[in-house]
Amino acid sequence: MENFKIDVDADGIALITFDVPERSMNTLTSGVMAEIPQWVERVKTDDAIKGAVLTSGKASGFCAGADLGDMASGMLGGADLQAAYDAGWRLNGALRALETCGKPVAAAINGLALGGGLELTLACHYRVAGDDPKIQLGLPEIKVGLFPGGGGTQRLTRLIGVQAAMMAMSEGKSFRPNDAKGAGIIHEVVAKGAEVEAAKAWIKNGGKAVQPWDEKSFKLPGGGPYHPAGIQNFLVGNAMLRKQSYGNYPAVLNLMKAVYEGVQVPMDAALRIETRYFIKTLMTPQAQGMIRSLFLSKQELDKGAVRPAGVPKSDPKKVTVLGAGMMGAGIAYVQAMAGIETILIDRDQEAADKGKAHVEELLKKRLSRGQLTQEKFDALLASVTATTDYDLIKGSDLVIEAVFENREIKAEVTKRAEAQLAADAVFGSNTSTLPITGLAEASVRPKNFIGIHFFSPVDKMMLVEIIMGEKTGQEALAKSLDYVMKIRKTPIVVQDGRGFYTSRCFGTYVAEGLAMLEEGYAPALIDNIGRMTGMPRGPLEMHDDVALDLSVKIAKQTKEDLGDAYQPLPGWKIVQTMVEDLGRYGRKNGKGFYDYDQKPKKLWSGLSDLAPVTINDSTPEMVEDQKRRLLYRQAVEVARCWEEGVIDDPREADVGAILAWGFAPWTGGPITMIDQIGLKAFVEQADAYAAKYGDRFSPPQLLRDMAAKGETFYGKFAGQKAAA
Amino acid sequence: MADAYIYDAVRTPRGKGKKDGSLHEITALSLATQVLEALRDRNGLDTSKVDDVILGCVSPVGEQGADIARTAVLNAGWAQTTAGVQINRFCASGLEAVNMAAAKVKAGEADFAVGGGVEAMSRVPMGSDGGAWPVDPSSAFSTYFVPQGVSADMIASKWGFSRDDVDAYSVESHKRAARSWEEGRFAKSVVPVKNQLGLVQLDRDETIRPATDMQTLGALNPSFAMMGEMAFDSVINQRYPEVERVNHVHTPGNSSGIVDGSAGVLIGSLEAGKALGLKPRAKIRGAASIGSEPSIMLTGPEFVTQKLLGKLGMTTADIDLWELNEAFAAVVLRYMQALDIPHDKINVCGGAIAMGHPLGATGAMITGVVLDELERSDKETALVTLCIGGGMGTATVIERV
Repeated sequence: MENFKIDVDADGIALITFDVPERSMNTLTSGVMAEIPQWVERVKTDDAIKGAVLTSGKASGFCAGADLGDMASGMLGGADLQAAYDAGWRLNGALRALETCGKPVAAAINGLALGGGLELTLACHYRVAGDDPKIQLGLPEIKVGLFPGGGGTQRLTRLIGVQAAMMAMSEGKSFRPNDAKGAGIIHEVVAKGAEVEAAKAWIKNGGKAVQPWDEKSFKLPGGGPYHPAGIQNFLVGNAMLRKQSYGNYPAVLNLMKAVYEGVQVPMDAALRIETRYFIKTLMTPQAQGMIRSLFLSKQELDKGAVRPAGVPKSDPKKVTVLGAGMMGAGIAYVQAMAGIETILIDRDQEAADKGKAHVEELLKKRLSRGQLTQEKFDALLASVTATTDYDLIKGSDLVIEAVFENREIKAEVTKRAEAQLAADAVFGSNTSTLPITGLAEASVRPKNFIGIHFFSPVDKMMLVEIIMGEKTGQEALAKSLDYVMKIRKTPIVVQDGRGFYTSRCFGTYVAEGLAMLEEGYAPALIDNIGRMTGMPRGPLEMHDDVALDLSVKIAKQTKEDLGDAYQPLPGWKIVQTMVEDLGRYGRKNGKGFYDYDQKPKKLWSGLSDLAPVTINDSTPEMVEDQKRRLLYRQAVEVARCWEEGVIDDPREADVGAILAWGFAPWTGGPITMIDQIGLKAFVEQADAYAAKYGDRFSPPQLLRDMAAKGETFYGKFAGQKAAA
Repeated sequence: MADAYIYDAVRTPRGKGKKDGSLHEITALSLATQVLEALRDRNGLDTSKVDDVILGCVSPVGEQGADIARTAVLNAGWAQTTAGVQINRFCASGLEAVNMAAAKVKAGEADFAVGGGVEAMSRVPMGSDGGAWPVDPSSAFSTYFVPQGVSADMIASKWGFSRDDVDAYSVESHKRAARSWEEGRFAKSVVPVKNQLGLVQLDRDETIRPATDMQTLGALNPSFAMMGEMAFDSVINQRYPEVERVNHVHTPGNSSGIVDGSAGVLIGSLEAGKALGLKPRAKIRGAASIGSEPSIMLTGPEFVTQKLLGKLGMTTADIDLWELNEAFAAVVLRYMQALDIPHDKINVCGGAIAMGHPLGATGAMITGVVLDELERSDKETALVTLCIGGGMGTATVIERV
């Protein structure tokens, strides 16, 4: 065995050390899965072995779970069902053999155990973890479109009951060791480093080699589905899952099915049922898309997959933020957290101080949760200097400009900042709409001028969109990426253009809601359909969030810029009237498509005067069609961005869409969605929408060409990468 | 094919379906037994001529389990040659039993059959029989399952019935029920329930509140708001996205009451009746059951009515009296709105909001109520219907002879 080492001590206890060679972290690779039955067999049959303790040989953790790369390549895509089931059964069969081997086995959890890692320990008869708040124990599979398929759905429910187990699995929530013990997931918490000793002690003290669910007297905690108390967990649980998932995530439904059907039968049958639902889930387009985008691609981007290779790695130590509003302060906070010295500049000291106060507020939250020591808190806060003094910029590796979206103001601060900057320092503009090439005209060193677009709230939003101006150089790009990686955000790189990538495509969702309004759809129908697509909110409420007056401003600017070529969007007049005649600016003044003077917010009753409702009924077919319409509109715009060269990497397009504007995560992103639908079918449907709703749905020539050649984006991209 | 005629209809009074209800100390079997005894004794019925007894029962477990119809036949001392079968079409079970009895007669399979039902809700609580629909995620998810009360609230929300609308309907139901008792409209068919000693235990519907008013009803809290907000509002909203938010208007005051009771309708062919010297009271013109959208669940009566009237070549104008079970006030209000039925032609003697809804028995009970009322007011034709769990509707048209 290369992944496990067995040492039998004088007491006859076998210490099985899990250590996957040449990996920073233990995962359940196919090699690991093949070796588990080997040591289980040894424990079972070797008379010299009285019991076993399983632990990790890595400081990085116990085991991070399944190898999703392996899983994506090994079992996806039209595999023979029986073969897929057999492959899925390998782990479950091995773990079942482990818990029925007849000798006590304890897990000494000396580091994080997630997903399959925790499931491995659940098949042991005893679990002891080190007392370390950094140790996470949980089953997060749902986050990538899967559910626990290594016995987790059956063992966790039998350990802690259906309700608690479903909550843990459907939210993918992690527990710290003490919480896990409180919840009944593990048996014992001991000082860090004493895990193996404690596990051995349990065996020596007569630890029982039988799982609770294999005892005759076993009763499911909280009761099963047809138990008077247990029934509520399913009745309400089913509804909760639909409430959260809108029926878009097959993993959520299959998880519940595995639990419902599994808890009604003995463990062996339960595991077979779980394996069937797991394989079924793994084969869904949703799981394939989510694994690729939300796990594999995101991880690649996080590690700098799109960084120019030739430029030496940089490490920004001092960064200035211009503008101490919500955005600037948020940026200052994430910089402080990453150990970057930050100069936070605004026009007057009061504004700068207010920005720093916001940083303090965010840091305090961490302090109160015990995620920071007072000492660390003090140091981080001290690393942010609030000032009006541009001289302090000196020595900055990078300046992030986050002032008002106004070309003149931006030009002025650019000049003032550049006067203090070293020649090789980078100037990044955090604009969301103004083209970088134009802003760079104010710069004396446009090679080092770049767009670094954050999303609000900065402390929560994981993405940063980097925009290349016409003259931006590779060195500036590399340094910007090094910066984004240092603050632990996910970067994507796009080319310049109106709204760049994210704002431009997101805008089409909001605009399409407006078009529906003009077509006579009831406002409730529009926003509910929007929510049901898997977008975070409906298009009208999102429009309120963005601010209606801002959208009037942008439209006017666009009209000015485009002249005769400008075409007002459908429904545009409704917003104009609301803003200019009725003073309804959106959430910010409590009046938009909704009234915000009571909770929950309520649709504005006057809206039907501006947009008479003619469609106030629905059928599931109509709802499906309109959901598709909202997603297609965005995907067509993404394809246009690709055709125009704004974006050229499917990973960036997909990860960016999901993380920036909440594009329905179950799709795996817009490019994955197009690929999975198939180019030909996508073009046909988009053409049908174009005929019905207008040219904005017309698929770009690129899609027609790809459809004709039978290509996919990811297929093409893989080909390009191989050629390069 | 033979025609099916109603020869008699009897029912117990409805007792409050709680531990302090008058019928809580009477078994479900006893209730069903007393109904069968009454049918036999009132008509001097040679029970060996009755081929089958079909009883609706929605929670057929415990004392209501294992085919209570057959047990009741034996317990009532009917001929042992009479068969018995228990059926379940949820709230319409009692009417479905009538329709099945009629169908057996029409098909020539039976000369006489009883259709009826029993439900001792105080003794065997609703939901005691489990059932996969809301519990198994396979069915709950795909059908947007919500509890009936949330469905009823969605009906009110979607078609614009306010709390005042449903409460006003309830006030009227209680008034009509109280008046009907005062005027003796129920006297013909209600058989008092006797206790273990043979003394009268209950001879009147127990839950009518003649004095109730808007103020009293308005003080009650919505029954399904908490459940709705927890998750179910979102579920039904995903099926009816045109509604911004579910308005929870239903309370215990404007929903059907939980009660104990039983009923039976004796159905036979003309020839069979003649042979026993019985006089038919009404003809079953036709019956139908349909499925409708399960999440909103309770709109089936509208569609089954349309189907049945169409099949019979009738229009709403041909119906003199309507009887729709008052499961929830909004169900009736929506039915009246959809089919343009005036309030003074529907549920004229009050309904389940005032008198209660013993699930398996109600359909047979209201068939008897409307038959009595046709005779009393000298009208010809009535349509009886109920909304049903799972999204169904059952309806029957009867016509006096």
